[in-house]
Amino acid sequence: MSDRLSVFKTYKLYVGGKFPRSESGRVYEVTDSKGNWLANAPQSSRKDARDAVVAARKAFGAWSGATAYNRGQVLYRVAEMLEGRKAQFVHEVADAEGLSKSKAAEQVEAAIDRWVWYAGWTDKIAQVVGGGNPVAGPYFNLSSPEPTGVVAVLAPQESSFLGLVSVVAPVIATGNTAVVVASEKSPLPALSLAEVLATSDVPGGVVNVLSGRTAEIATPLAAHQDVNAIDLAGADEVLAKELEIAAADNLKRALRPQPVDNWLATPGTDRLTAFLETKTVWHPTGSLGASGSSY
Amino acid sequence: MPTNAPSPTAESVGGAPIAHALTDVTASHATLRRFLHGLPGVDAVGLEARAASLGTRSIKTTAKAYAIDLAISMVDLTTLEGADTPGKVRALGAKAVRPDPTDRTTPSTAAVCVYPDMVPAAKAAVAGSSVKVASVATAFPAGRAPLSVKLADVREAVAAGADEIDMVIDRGAFLAGDYLKVYDEITAVKQACGSEARLKVIFETGELSTYDNIRRASWLGMLAGADFIKTSTGKVAVNATPANTLLMLEAVRDFRAQTGVQVGVKPAGGIRTSKDAVKFLVLVNETAGEDWLDNHWFRFGASSLLNDLLMQRQKLATGRYSGPDYVTVD
Repeated sequence: MSDRLSVFKTYKLYVGGKFPRSESGRVYEVTDSKGNWLANAPQSSRKDARDAVVAARKAFGAWSGATAYNRGQVLYRVAEMLEGRKAQFVHEVADAEGLSKSKAAEQVEAAIDRWVWYAGWTDKIAQVVGGGNPVAGPYFNLSSPEPTGVVAVLAPQESSFLGLVSVVAPVIATGNTAVVVASEKSPLPALSLAEVLATSDVPGGVVNVLSGRTAEIATPLAAHQDVNAIDLAGADEVLAKELEIAAADNLKRALRPQPVDNWLATPGTDRLTAFLETKTVWHPTGSLGASGSSY
Repeated sequence: MPTNAPSPTAESVGGAPIAHALTDVTASHATLRRFLHGLPGVDAVGLEARAASLGTRSIKTTAKAYAIDLAISMVDLTTLEGADTPGKVRALGAKAVRPDPTDRTTPSTAAVCVYPDMVPAAKAAVAGSSVKVASVATAFPAGRAPLSVKLADVREAVAAGADEIDMVIDRGAFLAGDYLKVYDEITAVKQACGSEARLKVIFETGELSTYDNIRRASWLGMLAGADFIKTSTGKVAVNATPANTLLMLEAVRDFRAQTGVQVGVKPAGGIRTSKDAVKFLVLVNETAGEDWLDNHWFRFGASSLLNDLLMQRQKLATGRYSGPDYVTVD
């Protein structure tokens, strides 16, 4: 055995493309599934949540304005970067969820594939949920989906990495920006994912990751007037109800917790469409002529 | 907001140079220079440390609510763009009178600050309210124009109804050491303001290079009869900082101690958040004292600050964070 001391990692938040500590200066102990200490994670306060919303709002214009094709490239880049750090994530997921190495690897690989899956959807979702509408008049009538805005995402509590990716990727794929509250019990994979996002062309502020007590961070987010939607995946029944009531104040879109038996299954487009607004425009076609409309 | 009306003895008589203990120092170029260079040098490290340490005060709950309302009442809501239109000035005036239409307990701002040609529009927009109209003048922001042009600029603004004039000093002359020229210019502008308009003197601290220069400029401005000394135009890279504002607050405090004349302070540019504004109020209270905690003696030159103050006010009132959708877009 070498007598070298190992270097412990200071896990930090990810807000606006930077890695700050919690404004409150607090941390809490994160343990593995058997209760052994793994690391200290920052325990975010409502002010961290507020800062994250400001960062997400700032990033929204450029991210929602980027071409869908470009967003797809960026999401694919996340998958590329994750592939190179697979070992680290397998290790963290195995610790966090008490899985064997091979089970953990299965989760991480599925998460990487999920980024690719959603990368493909970025420039296809508009064709699926938008398009031309037949109308009885001399107009082209076109509907197109637009991102809802700043979305607060409460990541699933149990599936610390695959579950996290499965809720975050669809939110940002369509051009929303996200404030993510990591799993309270196992936030480390989420905080490490932030490091990957920071190095994969995702503009700062598009994804902001907070760790800490879910209820403490989610409450101000749900009531925040500058948050447009909230995904309640990581809230238990009682908390979800409270948050939905708070969210009603500025008519946030709220996605109720959906029971997910198996995060490995192909997700479908529900989470993509949950945070989209449909914009419909009427465009005059000009005179129809004596014969009337041909459509 | 409580109005701390100026005591008659402390108010300078418009136009006339003030008679006080320091009248002699402006007798000639040499005496003025000797006086300004005889001011104690500024301990830059100490000044910045003091400003930083005062910035760490925690202002919460009722004190915060008081500070936010006080700060709103001190804002000189400013638009100084080439693209200003009468419509924009009208909108600004309406906002100054009633910053948050959804909450009528919100105080009005102190003034709107516009270019001279926009004074009539601004005047009409704030008519019947306590909001004053301030106009920049003297070839703002560079100040590079003949004195006759600068004075004409001031007279036109005053004639159009400006209650306050924000002039820029000739930084070139100041940096060249020609203090008497700067002094004469300020007194001439003061005279042009007459008794109806208060004069704010802008030093453009970002261009004065050293803290010693800022201290000298402050004294020079006050000797020449400024009613307010103001940090900057908002048009250069470095604007109001806690340190240079602290330095100017020390100057007005010392000036009143020596002459009995109270002068106001206006930091301008770069103050965007409520947190910053509250830090400045702490500086005022701890340096100049409570007498300055009033919009007659302290102002913020700002535009985006007001929205942040309003959002913080809404947060205190409702308990939830507000957003830019709930304040006007300027």
